[in-house]
Amino acid sequence: MEIQFDDNIKRTRFPLLSWLTSRQAFWVSLAVILACVFLSFATNSFATSNNIYNVARNFTFVAIIALGMTIVIITGGIDLSVGSVLCLCSMILAVVMHAGYSIEIGIAASLGTALLIGAINGVLIAYLGIPPFVVTLGMLSIARSLAMVASNNTVVFQFGPDHDKLLFLGGGAWLFGIANPVIYMLALTLLTGFVLHFTRFGRYVFAIGGNEHAAIVTGVPVRRTKVAVYMISALSAGVAGVIETGWLGAVTTNLGSGLELQVIAAAVIGGANLAGGTGTAFGALIGSALIEVIRNSLGLLGISAFWQGTFVGSFIIIAVAFDRIRNLRSPA
Amino acid sequence: MALLELRNVSKHFGAIHALNDVSLSLEPGQVVGLMGDNGAGKSTLVKIVAGNFRPTHGTMQMEGQDLSMHRPIEARRHGIEIVHQDLALCDNLSAAANVFLGREIRKGVGPFKILDYAAMYRRAGQIFSELRSETRPRDLVRQMSGGQRQAVAIARTRIADAKVVLMDEPTAAISVRQVAEVLNLMRRLRDRGIAIVFISHRMPDVFSIADRVVVLRRGRKVADKDVAASSPEEVTGLITGAIEYA
Repeated sequence: MEIQFDDNIKRTRFPLLSWLTSRQAFWVSLAVILACVFLSFATNSFATSNNIYNVARNFTFVAIIALGMTIVIITGGIDLSVGSVLCLCSMILAVVMHAGYSIEIGIAASLGTALLIGAINGVLIAYLGIPPFVVTLGMLSIARSLAMVASNNTVVFQFGPDHDKLLFLGGGAWLFGIANPVIYMLALTLLTGFVLHFTRFGRYVFAIGGNEHAAIVTGVPVRRTKVAVYMISALSAGVAGVIETGWLGAVTTNLGSGLELQVIAAAVIGGANLAGGTGTAFGALIGSALIEVIRNSLGLLGISAFWQGTFVGSFIIIAVAFDRIRNLRSPA
Repeated sequence: MALLELRNVSKHFGAIHALNDVSLSLEPGQVVGLMGDNGAGKSTLVKIVAGNFRPTHGTMQMEGQDLSMHRPIEARRHGIEIVHQDLALCDNLSAAANVFLGREIRKGVGPFKILDYAAMYRRAGQIFSELRSETRPRDLVRQMSGGQRQAVAIARTRIADAKVVLMDEPTAAISVRQVAEVLNLMRRLRDRGIAIVFISHRMPDVFSIADRVVVLRRGRKVADKDVAASSPEEVTGLITGAIEYA
C-alpha cells in the first residue's frame, strides 16, 4: 500500500513533465532541436532564411502523407500505396488541367481519384478481410501503372489556362513569407490532431488498433471506420500530390516512388506503433522533420548523400529501441 | 413477473443439438449460477441471450415482451449487457473511454459534435464509486490490475441501466484477492435489482454469491434449484453425469 501511495505522488508531482517524457514525439522533437542548434553553430549555411525555408518546405509532402499514414497505423493497418497514389493524383491533375480544364476541376478529379482508391483499399481490407499489406501492395503497383496509362508515360509541365494558379498554390508564400505547403501542413496537422483527440471517429480509430474484437462487441462500426481510414490515407497522398505538382511545375511517372517507406519511417519515428493503438499527428510532423533535417545536414556538413539511408535507417531503429527500453524500465 | 424468461429454447447446428429444450426464468436482483462442463451448452445459451444466435426453437421474453434479436447490439437495447470472458477492453484507452466505448457522450450542435471528456470522466467516476472500486477514470487500462479491469467491464453495464447482466467466467483467470473484489462488484449490481447470470467453472464462487444454480449437461438443463437446497458435491455430480437429474 505504501509503495502504491509513493507511486501516486511521483506520478502527480510533475504531471506535465512526466506526460512529456512518456512521449516518443517529445524525444524526437528534442533530437530535431539539438540537431538544428548544432548545425547552426557547425555550419554557416543552416540557419539562413533560405535554407530554413527549403527544409520546412521539403518535408511537408512527407509530413502530410504521414498524417494519413499515422491514422492507418493507429488502427493496426498499413498503406503501402501512398507513393503511387500521389503520383496518380498528380498525373490526373496535370492531365485534366493540360486538357484545358480549370484548376478546380483538376483538383476535384485528382482528389476524387484518391478517395476512390482509398475506398477500394478500405472495402477490400474491411469487408473481404484481405490483409492491408497485400491490398495496398497491389494498389502500389496498380496506381503507378494507371499514372503511366493516363499520361502515356510522358512528362507533363503545361497545365492549361490555370497554370500560374497551380504554381502559386504549391510554390507561393502568401503569409509572412512562409511557403504555402508549410501552411497546409500545419493546418492539416491541427485538423488531424483534433479529429484523433476530439471526435468519436478518432476514438474508434484508437479502439480498433487497441483491440479490434472489443471494438466489434461494443458496437463500434469497425468496417466503416476502416474504410474511412484508408480513404483519408489516400486523400492525404492526393493532397500532397496536388501541392507537390504546383511546387515542381512538372509531373513524371516516377514521382513519389519509394515515398511510402519514407512516410512510414516518419510515422514510426514520430511514435506510431505498427502493432496499432498508438500515434499522434504531431509525431507524424516531427518524424518527417527529423528525416529532412538529417538529409539537409548531411549535405551541409559535406557528407556524401550515400550515407543518408544509413542515418535515417539508424534513427528508425533507435527511436523504436528507445521506446522499448523506456517501457522495460516502467513495467505496467 | 419474471424479468427474463426463456421457454423451451433449442439451438441446433445441423445435426448437432447444442441446446435442447431449455427453459429459464430470471427475477430482478437474482444471481443465477450457470454451470456445466465444456460443451454443455453454456456459451450457446449465453450467445442466444446476447443476440449472437437466434434460437432454432422456443421463445424469449423480456418483461413480458417477446424478444427477437438479430444482432448483439439489439440485446443491449433491451437492457441485456454482457461482460465477456476476455472483458473486451482496449488497453490503450483510459478506463472512462472503455466504459463509454461505442456509446460516447458528445456535445456540440448538429453534425459538429465533439467528445465530452469531462462528462464521461465524471459519470465513469460516479459508477466506479457506486461499485466501490478504486479505479480512476483517467488511468489507462494497460496499467490496471485484473480486479480493476473487471470493474471497467462491469461499469460498462451501468451506462444504459441494464436489467440483466451476463457474466462469462469473470473469475476464471484472476488472483484470489481479485476474485473477492469481483464478487463484491457483482453484489453491488445485484443490490440495484439487476439480474445476473454468472457463468463459471468455480464451485466456491458460485456457492458464495448465487441464489440459484442451473446445471447444463450435453445441451439439457439437468438442475435448476436454490443454492441452499444443493451442495457442491451434488452439482459436481450433475455436471459430470454421476447424478442424472435434480
